[in-house]
Amino acid sequence: MTQIAMPQPDPLILAKRERIIAGLQERVPAQWVITEEDERRPYETDALTAYRRLPLAVVLPGSTEEVAAILSFLSRERVKIIPRGAGTSLSGGALPQEDAVVVGVGRLNKVLDVDFANRTARVQSGITNLAVTTHISPDGFFYAPDPSSQLACTIAGNIAMNSGGAHCLKYGVTTNNILGVRMVLLDGTIVDFGGETFDQPGYDWLSLIIGSEGQFGIVTEATLRILRAAEGARPCLLGFDKVEDAGACVAAIIASGIIPVAIEYMDQTAIRICEDFAHAGYPLDVAAMLIVEVEGADAEIDVLLTHIEKVAREHGARIVKVSKSEAESAAIWKGRKSAFGATGRIADYLCMDGTIPTGQLPYVLNRIGEIVAHHRLRVANVFHAGDGNLHPLILFNANDDDELERAEQAGNEILELCVEVGGCLTGEHGVGIEKRDLMEKQFTSVDLDQQIRVKLLFDPDWLLNPAKVFPLNLHPLPLGRAA
Amino acid sequence: MSVSSLAPQNSLEVASIVRDAAARRQAIEIIGGGSKRALGRPTDAAITVDVSGLSGVTLYEPAELVVSARAGTPLQHVTDLLAQQGQMLPFEPADYRPLLASTGEPTIGGMVATNLSGPRRLHVGACRDAIIGCKFVNGRGEEIVSGGRVMKNVTGYDIGRAMAGAYGTLGVLTEITFKVLPRAHATLTLVYEGLSCDRAVALMSAAVASPFEVTAAAHIAEGNHARTCLRLEGFDASITYRAGRLIEDLAEYGQPQRLDTAPSQVLWREIGEARSIIGPADHVVWRLQLPPSRSAALVNSLRAMMDVSVLYDWAGGLVWLSHAAGDDMTAVRTAAKAGGGHATLIRAGEALRRRVAPFEPQATAVEKLARGLKQAFDPAGILNPGRMYAGI
Ligand SMILES: Cc1cc2nc3c(=O)[nH]c(=O)nc-3n(C[C@H](O)[C@H](O)[C@H](O)COP(=O)(O)OP(=O)(O)OC[C@H]3O[C@@H](n4cnc5c(N)ncnc54)[C@H](O)[C@@H]3O)c2cc1C
Ligand SMILES: Cc1cc2nc3c(=O)[nH]c(=O)nc-3n(C[C@H](O)[C@H](O)[C@H](O)COP(=O)(O)OP(=O)(O)OC[C@H]3O[C@@H](n4cnc5c(N)ncnc54)[C@H](O)[C@@H]3O)c2cc1C
Repeated sequence: MTQIAMPQPDPLILAKRERIIAGLQERVPAQWVITEEDERRPYETDALTAYRRLPLAVVLPGSTEEVAAILSFLSRERVKIIPRGAGTSLSGGALPQEDAVVVGVGRLNKVLDVDFANRTARVQSGITNLAVTTHISPDGFFYAPDPSSQLACTIAGNIAMNSGGAHCLKYGVTTNNILGVRMVLLDGTIVDFGGETFDQPGYDWLSLIIGSEGQFGIVTEATLRILRAAEGARPCLLGFDKVEDAGACVAAIIASGIIPVAIEYMDQTAIRICEDFAHAGYPLDVAAMLIVEVEGADAEIDVLLTHIEKVAREHGARIVKVSKSEAESAAIWKGRKSAFGATGRIADYLCMDGTIPTGQLPYVLNRIGEIVAHHRLRVANVFHAGDGNLHPLILFNANDDDELERAEQAGNEILELCVEVGGCLTGEHGVGIEKRDLMEKQFTSVDLDQQIRVKLLFDPDWLLNPAKVFPLNLHPLPLGRAA
Repeated sequence: MSVSSLAPQNSLEVASIVRDAAARRQAIEIIGGGSKRALGRPTDAAITVDVSGLSGVTLYEPAELVVSARAGTPLQHVTDLLAQQGQMLPFEPADYRPLLASTGEPTIGGMVATNLSGPRRLHVGACRDAIIGCKFVNGRGEEIVSGGRVMKNVTGYDIGRAMAGAYGTLGVLTEITFKVLPRAHATLTLVYEGLSCDRAVALMSAAVASPFEVTAAAHIAEGNHARTCLRLEGFDASITYRAGRLIEDLAEYGQPQRLDTAPSQVLWREIGEARSIIGPADHVVWRLQLPPSRSAALVNSLRAMMDVSVLYDWAGGLVWLSHAAGDDMTAVRTAAKAGGGHATLIRAGEALRRRVAPFEPQATAVEKLARGLKQAFDPAGILNPGRMYAGI
């Protein structure tokens, strides 16, 4: 038993499955239309694995034109469409429905053009995030947003979710790093938004499209801003006996005028889990640990880290370990980067994603501890502290329905807490189905109606990823409110 | 038609004014400080709504790098407040009153509505990139909240950010929250003299593609005093090191002069305000955005046709250009488009702005969507109608 409701499949659509499949096969080579049950299985869920729905079919187009043909056909037939990248969404954003066709962009995975003089790269949207940086790194460049899932997740998914990463304190999230997208609308029209210039004339379509969770159209290409990498980067590790001190230290570093590229926080449970797995040399006897990374040439880094060390000591850091070599840096990051994987080895977990004003860190961490204890569960906290984006990992046993339900309940309470203290439900993972029913905690129905009106411009019949983002009872927009 | 002027003092009053106007289908012109009324297409409105009464900073947390202000707050007030804590609006808003020969006090709302950013846009993004939340009244007279006060937020669509650059045609902004940044401890500008536009753009491109964090790059192409300026910001040891490396790597462009913090601040303020191309009042001023590497060729092609004054900012991605009003008014836009960019007519007499679209015309599919978006926010079409494009 899971808490989040999904709509009942439409029998009229299920009844014409053969015809839908035949229509898809007319538009893309038959080998790319996946119909057999065992071959559809891998697409039944994303990284929110507690929810599964076997789609009616999966289609893997090989060009923007094929995507256009597919969308105009499916929308004419009133078939629901689930856009999909790599399926690493943690919020159920890519979860199918039984009466929907999954349109995967994984085959659209090429770099189309790199222009170092103008610092842009044009790519097909199904390319993985890491493949972009790998492609340009021999020339010293990188694509800044770096979700921990970057080995697998696609630029398409990043755009749909406005994904962030460890380095976004300095470089921003996806919306700050995209110059243009090519998107196919439901009727098959191919539209270019933005381009190669810094700003765009007219409305800021990129703001709307980035973060629209696959509800406006299917993005097939993107023009990315690429950056020259700094000469070097080095982290330091700070250990604190009090959670409050770690929180105050983050604030003090920022207030002193330094913007590190990353400030990552881990609590004692997380430190232990990661240390067991990665043997990174983390201190096991501290209440909280920060990894602070700065960039530049060696001499610049030394100055910055000396300053950070001083601030940290003033704020009660008992352990200060400044990396002196590549190997030490790698060790410090290894534990943090394996946090999700290491946690997954000892338990199932729900990964929360609220953001809070950083001044509320100590209070919120205490409350999270209480909430989770109340539900008789455990929590490990690993997160991007510089921008207040929390990732409490609620540990549970997926084979125990009651535990799953308690974990979901605790998760909801944590997210409500984030909103209560002035933060938000999701900092980077998106609403998906996971936070859909909490949207009314953060927004009034008037706010949500305004968002829905933007959706209706692209998708008046709720065909694109329809069961996501908005509580089901809000759509279709009641006529009385439509005006 | 007589124009009535209203001056709401809070967002509730804004909402009720808009609701009434929507019921009567009366167009509203939104005025912040009025410093940029000369920008964009002229509107014919029955009501002017002056939002300067919605004033004041509502939240400032230096350690969290956030500030919120009501839309009518004078920009100067916010920048002064931030400066007291050693912080700033990252995108370096400039004062365009000299350029537009306008008066009035620039406001936060007007700044966002025009999404116009200064030299540091090259390095840290535009005004729209710094917006983390906003409140506005849509064309139905409903108060809408989008985003919030935290830096990372993907809860719901990012409609607040889309208010930037909408020129008040989607909503009346009432309060905006920004991400701010610490001010640099020191600034150093390297000034190269006498480069041609092509060489200057090549120099700026090489500088920005270096690992040495150039936070602004501009080329003042006036007469034989051409100056190409690269800005470095940070603490002393860092900028000294970075300057040394840049000078070495860019030796083929000559030896630059060095300007330290105080003269650098004056120089970049003047670049932001496009002082060097203001010219006589009857000259028209354009702002072009292009892929940087194509800007010099474009300027050369225009020079073959007419007399133009030019200033390159954003390493060539932004070109300010002025010429006599009598000259061919289609040449600039045609050239910008051919170069993969777009052009905005920033300064021109009202008659000219009625004849020549100030904003780059849009592709058909996008224009159709733009009408739909206007409808989604302002179904009666009463907010700054026609300010950006006819029909929206
Ligand atoms: C271990 C792990 C670590 C993670 N770390 C981070 C992190 O650090 N930061 C972060 O932000 N996220 C993180 N995530 C979440 C996830 O990786 C991101 O949301 C990612 O952007 C999803 O990309 P994807 O290609 O897997 O997309 P999918 O999961 O396939 O889809 C995500 C959404 O995008 C839509 N979509 C997919 N393709 C298209 C398209 N072509 N056009 C329109 N819409 C489309 C889908 O409908 C869905 O709504 C993590 C996930 C995991 C499992
Ligand atoms: C051509 C030009 C370029 C400029 N470029 C920059 C720049 O790059 N960076 C910068 O920071 N400043 C720039 N300015 C300076 C400008 O003075 C500031 O942006 C200032 O903040 C504008 O505010 P205002 O109140 O004077 O705007 P106004 O001139 O009153 O209004 C400008 C536009 O914004 C709309 N508007 C005003 N307030 C609201 C509101 N609350 N809600 C919705 N719409 C509103 C108006 O309807 C109008 O369309 C520019 C000015 C001009 C004229």
